[in-house]
Amino acid sequence: MANTFPDILFYVFAVLTLGCGALVIANPFSRNPVTSAMFLVLTIISMAGLFVLLHAFFLAAVQILVYAGAVIVLFLFVIMLLDLKAETMRRIKIYGFIAGIVSVGAILAIFMKSLGATPLNSDSAPAVEGNTEPLGKLLFTHYVVPFEVVSVLLLVAMVGVILLSKKNLD
Amino acid sequence: MDWNFIIFSVVKIAVAIGVLHAIAAYAVLAERKISAWIQDRVGPNRVAPPFMKYIPVLGPVLTRWGIFQPLADGLKFMLKEDFTPAGVHKAYFWIAPAVAIIPSMIVIAVIPFGSVMGHQQMVIANLNVGILYTFGIVSLGVYGIVLAGYAANSKYPFLGGIRSSAQMISYEISMGMSVIPVFLIAGALNLSSVIAWQAQHGWLVIYAPLSFIIFLIAGFAETNRLPFDLPEAETELVGGYHTEYSSMKFALFFLAEYSNMIAATGMMTTLFFGGWTLPFWGLDQPAHSIGIAIVQILIFLAKMCALMTVFIWVRWMFPRFRYDQLMDLGWRRFVPLAVVNILVTAIVLWAIS
Repeated sequence: MANTFPDILFYVFAVLTLGCGALVIANPFSRNPVTSAMFLVLTIISMAGLFVLLHAFFLAAVQILVYAGAVIVLFLFVIMLLDLKAETMRRIKIYGFIAGIVSVGAILAIFMKSLGATPLNSDSAPAVEGNTEPLGKLLFTHYVVPFEVVSVLLLVAMVGVILLSKKNLD
Repeated sequence: MDWNFIIFSVVKIAVAIGVLHAIAAYAVLAERKISAWIQDRVGPNRVAPPFMKYIPVLGPVLTRWGIFQPLADGLKFMLKEDFTPAGVHKAYFWIAPAVAIIPSMIVIAVIPFGSVMGHQQMVIANLNVGILYTFGIVSLGVYGIVLAGYAANSKYPFLGGIRSSAQMISYEISMGMSVIPVFLIAGALNLSSVIAWQAQHGWLVIYAPLSFIIFLIAGFAETNRLPFDLPEAETELVGGYHTEYSSMKFALFFLAEYSNMIAATGMMTTLFFGGWTLPFWGLDQPAHSIGIAIVQILIFLAKMCALMTVFIWVRWMFPRFRYDQLMDLGWRRFVPLAVVNILVTAIVLWAIS
């Protein structure tokens, strides 16, 4: 009982994540953008469930807080403001097709490589238990440079948006 | 995974949700009575079951206080016709009330409402990332309102939903940043640890008053209460996001608003007013007997009700903000103020240590 219960939960969340993820991009019942956004919310919540099973509580909470709670609400906001109607079937463009294949291939390659690097069936304890304290220490000591670089990236994006949306800066 | 844990958890969840709904129902009565006093009216004073008038003194008094009004209201909500207007997005129209009420109920899971009773901690889930869980769940509450506005497929609910999504995202930021000084001072994200710190050093509202003020005002915005009830502004939007809803579906939105209010005040009690502790008569230590444990739960509820009264009082004292004023207040006043608050607290703590 002690071990099987998390295992069952893992399969439940994994199926939910994959199923909802598939319904985001290819829903046979509805081509409504709002439905896609809502399935994206479900995908993210089930992924948070997977994080919880890995004892990454902080990651799970932040996943829901940032993605489900803010980013997709903004998606919905934009969808509703633009008043998008149900998408009509489009012909797939050749450039889009190639770009899609390349990006999916790249992600798959990274995934396979990292999967090959980790020995399977090893009972590796998580490097950082879900508490915030060790995570914060790691972020601000060992990973401080990448952390700051990411924040600069966000700043650049923000400045870019302000520059684009304000036509005449005074 | 032992059965003891499961049984006690189920009991705690059932009791907590039951109490939550009872308080929500009577908060509506309190709202109506307090608004009546503020506006020099009498408020609900005549609903009573027929046998009440035969009970001397007590019967008429209870009737005049409107004690039975919530029962009548609840019955009315359940018996009214559940009407689905033509042209709504059916699936979302049905899901939206559930999506609105579920986050408002599960958010209370991490709030410690008492110390210990026997060997049971009086909190449903003692998480190390307690506050982050709360904010995560609270941020999901917006979907109920947005989906309701979208599903109705009519203009006023739609405007209500749009307003609500922008408003709740904006105020979540200042709300989240306002509590960071609290955790800097207390040194833990776990809500039970925050209460333990307050039992030793005194209530955090004294150490971080600015945090409390920002949290309180952002709380009004997050629960869509007046000064910030733009999503359901009656004079502009008929009923806002729930215009097209009737019967029990409307009641669910109504309950969700009051449950959110209860969760917000419970959070404030825990973070700023010492939770279930009182600084005298040894009530700041975990209880040794059932009696003291119950007293501590009552202390928590009393503090919460006092804060609820503030919520209700504010609603009937202040006029509604205009939308641009709301955004201005959120982004240009509170966010910078909260950042300065964090910096000053951090510098002071660093200087002391």
